[in-house]
Parts: sequence; structure tokens; C-alpha cells
Amino acid sequence: MSPNYILKRVMMIVYTLFIVSLIVFAITQVLPGDAAVIMLGENATKEALDALRQSMGLNAPVWVQYGRWLGGVLHGDFGTSLRTGQAVGPVMLEALSRSLLLAVLSIALMLILAIPLGIIAAVRRGRIADMVVSLISYAGISLPEFVTATVAVLIVGDWLKWLPPTGYVPLTENFLGGIQHLILPVCVISIILIAHVSRMVRSELVDVLHTDYVRAARIKGLSGMTVLFRHALRNALLPTITVVALDVGYLLGGVIVVEEIFAIPGIGRALIVAIQTRDLPSIQAGVLIMAATYSIVNFVADILYAWLDKRIQYD
Amino acid sequence: MIEFLKRLLRTPQGAIGLLIVLLALVIVLFGPSLAPHDPESLAPLARYKPSSLNYLMGTDQYGRDILSRLLIGGRATISMAVLATVAGTLVGALIGTTSAFLGGRSDEVIMRTVDSVMSIPSLLFALLVVNLLGSSTANALIAVAVAFAPSMARVTRSVALSVRKQDYISAAIARGERSSYIILREMLPNVVAPIIVEMTIRISFAVMLFATLSFLGLGAQPPAAEWGLMVSEARQYMHLSAGILIWPSLAIAIVAVGFNLLGDGLRDALNPRT
Repeated sequence: MSPNYILKRVMMIVYTLFIVSLIVFAITQVLPGDAAVIMLGENATKEALDALRQSMGLNAPVWVQYGRWLGGVLHGDFGTSLRTGQAVGPVMLEALSRSLLLAVLSIALMLILAIPLGIIAAVRRGRIADMVVSLISYAGISLPEFVTATVAVLIVGDWLKWLPPTGYVPLTENFLGGIQHLILPVCVISIILIAHVSRMVRSELVDVLHTDYVRAARIKGLSGMTVLFRHALRNALLPTITVVALDVGYLLGGVIVVEEIFAIPGIGRALIVAIQTRDLPSIQAGVLIMAATYSIVNFVADILYAWLDKRIQYD
Repeated sequence: MIEFLKRLLRTPQGAIGLLIVLLALVIVLFGPSLAPHDPESLAPLARYKPSSLNYLMGTDQYGRDILSRLLIGGRATISMAVLATVAGTLVGALIGTTSAFLGGRSDEVIMRTVDSVMSIPSLLFALLVVNLLGSSTANALIAVAVAFAPSMARVTRSVALSVRKQDYISAAIARGERSSYIILREMLPNVVAPIIVEMTIRISFAVMLFATLSFLGLGAQPPAAEWGLMVSEARQYMHLSAGILIWPSLAIAIVAVGFNLLGDGLRDALNPRT
């Protein structure tokens, strides 16, 4: 892996964020009702609106406004919220940290469950275990998060009363209570990931188990377990890294719905509130932060992949 | 065609998927005439009824028949999902083929831009577009189509590039066939099949995305019988009767499973190696 490749990948992230900034700025520009109307309300006088527009720089040409906004973003200043008057950047990053906790726990749960499920399905291909796993994964990819979340709240929260149905408690404040509030959301988010990744692991492992080097290892007289864990699995799990990284896109989408239902003050919920109240700076910052998260995760995955798989030569 | 159907029905995925999708088609076409009750007639005395012969799936918080609402709402949910996916696929296929055809630097720029758009989660992108255009079913359709176009462009391009490299294309070029003949008769049929597979699977995403938009209050509006909206409305009353929540949830899941299974079945049936 050459420094050249890393540089090229970093340039791609920069280009991605540039395009996303253009898209999000364009969308927030075209949204009906400008910032002045949102701040002063529909009944404000024309003079007051004009004065505010002048002071906010809304009368400048669009590309000048974009330049000012982008300049601010590059200095870490995402502007101030039209709704609360607070600086958007710190608020959004704090919300992101809560969402990332949710995301990391979900990915951890997914890895613990999906890889063994995929291995069992591949090794017992065509048997009952395989059918059960593929049934679970079909169900998993066909249930939208809002359905699983709502049903989970009804059954575990309301009927069984095992866990608090919704709400959020910071882990630093009350660790046990915080974990209790996180269990349901994490389970809901990881369902689709488990379904997706276990199918992936299964199909990769089935392919690898049919390769010549695995057959050679068997003929050499190695035990089934050694062949599986020392030879086959290493290669079968590599593509999983890429799939998990690409799934971060779904994950971030799922986080939006799950945070809304479980009332978790993460970036997804912040974005929904921002969209509903037309809080333009918050929308812009939230979308940019989400796109950046996705790009960085995929960058790390590509580097990790290249580092683990010595066969791949990047230039 | 018959041969192909036989191959499709040979796998359990294909057979079950086709069955569910046909059932969905029946609901889309004849749902309203099959509904035993008026889906919008309120019956204050018959609220939260459990399943019975008169109300097979019980009644909701306003005493409306849940089965009738599902049969009528199916038309909105399923046909919109299919339409949005087809629209997104067409736009994506156009971008993807153009990119593969142009090649070189333009291909690089187009695909990098497509990748950039894909870094915004589809749901978030759809939310932004709906918010821009206003909440309604038609706008939700545009939003889902726009959100799907980039990934379909990616799929189309990779398929078109791999087809371009096949020996039978080189053979056609060597035979001295015209470019239009090669593109239309040799490339297109081989590009279309994998795209149809991908599209079928994406319809199930679209069903879920539509339902999610309605759930968040940005798609169909009350008193429409859209399935996602039904789940959303059921949340407040689910303590009183679980059926209000369970039936529309099941409907969404079954239709999504059906298109997923059919997509996998089609993939196996179209793959000459199996």
C-alpha cells in the first residue's frame, strides 16, 4: 500500500464532502421560507425582515453565501441554530457521540452473532441449520427498523416490563440505567446488520470451502476445525470488512428512526427536529457530519483491508 | 419463457417469492373491491375489536376494519414502491451506462460524484427531498427514486463494464457488426438481467423506505390507509389492542420478504451455472 494510494483516498474524502456540501447547501437554499422568516415568524413586518436579512447577509448572491458558510465550516464554525441560538457544531458533535455509542455497540453485537451464524450456515449447507439461518436473515432484512422498534417497545417494554420502553440516560450519570436504556435500541439496529452480514459470511465461506487450497489442506490430513479456522475463515472474513463499512450507510439511516422512537438525543433525532423546524444551519451541519462519518469509516475499512490482504496491490 | 419459469420455480426462494408478489399484485389491482368494509367508516361502538368472522383482523382505534384498510392501503404502498424503484433504476441506468460508455476521466468524475451522493444515507436523502418538496405521496415517490438512483448507477456501470469485456462482444466487433447492433442486441440483453434482479430486491427496500417516510409523517397523510402510516398511528393505541400494530407490520414484512425472495430466485434462475 503506497502513500500515493492513501493520498488518493484522502482526496476522495475531500471531494465527497465538497459534493455533499454543495447538495446540502442547494437543498437548504431552495427550501421554502428563508432564515429571516423562520426566526421572526410569518407575521413579522417587512422592514424587520429586511433588516434581519441584511444583517445575516441573506441579500448577497447565493455563491457568496455558500463561500461564507464553507469558510466557516472549514474553521470549525457551523453557524448558530435558528431554533435555539446555540452554536450548531458542538451541539451536533455531542449528539454524534451518543449516536456513535449506539452504532459501535450495534456493530459489536452484530459481529458476535452474525459471524458464528454465517459459519454454521456455510458448514451445514443445505441442512436444517442453514435453512434456519437463512430464514432469520430473510426476516431480518425485510423488517424496517420502525416496525421492529415499535414491536420491541410493546412486547419487552410494555407487556413484559423487563426494560424501560424509551428514554436515554447518560452512562456517566448512571451506568446501569444507561445500559438498560440502550439494550432495546442496540438490538433493533443490529437486526438488519446481522441478517445482512451473516448471509455475506455464509456465501463467502461457501466459496472459499470449494477452493483448491482448502481441499489441499484437507487432503494433507488436517482436522476439519483447523482447516475451517486457520485456513478458510481468514479469507472468507476479509470481504466482511468492506460490507460492514458499506452497511454504515444503512446504520446511520436506521439510527435516525431508532433514535426518534426511543427518544435518544443523538444526531438522527437532532436532524429530524432540524428538518421539521427548518433549522437550516443544523440540517447542513448534521448532513455533513453524517457523510463525513460514512466516508471516514469506509476509508479506514479500505486501509484495513489492504493491510490485511497482502495480495492486493494499490497504486 | 416457460423454461425460465420452470427454473425460477425450482428454487424455494423463487416459488415462494413469486407467490407473494402475485398476491401483492392481486391486492394492488383488486384490493378495493375485495375489502369487506368501508375502510374509512368510523364505528365508535366497534373500536379495538379482536379478530372475528365479521372483522377478520379486528378493528382499529376508530372502529375501522383493519383488513379493509390493509387491502386498500396496499395499492398505495406497493405501487408507489414499484414506481419509485423503476424511476430510480431508469435514471441510475442512464448515468451508469453513460459513465461506462464515456470511460476514462469522465467515468472517474461521474462515479466519484455518485459515490459522494451515496455517502448520505438514503433515508436522510429522502427526508431532505420530501422536506424540500412538501409531504405528499407523489413527493415521497420522487424522493425514493432520487435516493435510489446513485446505487443503481453503480450497479449498471459495473455490469456494463463486465459485459463490454466479454468474448462475444469482441467476436461481434471482429465480425464487423455495427455499434448500434452490438449495444442493442449483444450488450443490452445481458445488462438488463442483473439490473432486473437488483431492482426486484430494491423494491423491498422501497416498500420499507416508503413506510418509514409515512411513519415519520413525511409520506402519506391521514386518513389514508398507507401501511407505514397505520403502524405510526397504532403506536398510541397499541396498549389497548396489539392487532392494530401487528397486522400492518406483518403486511409490510411479508411484501418485503416476497420481493427479496423473488430477486434471489431470479438471480439463481438467470445464472447459467446453477
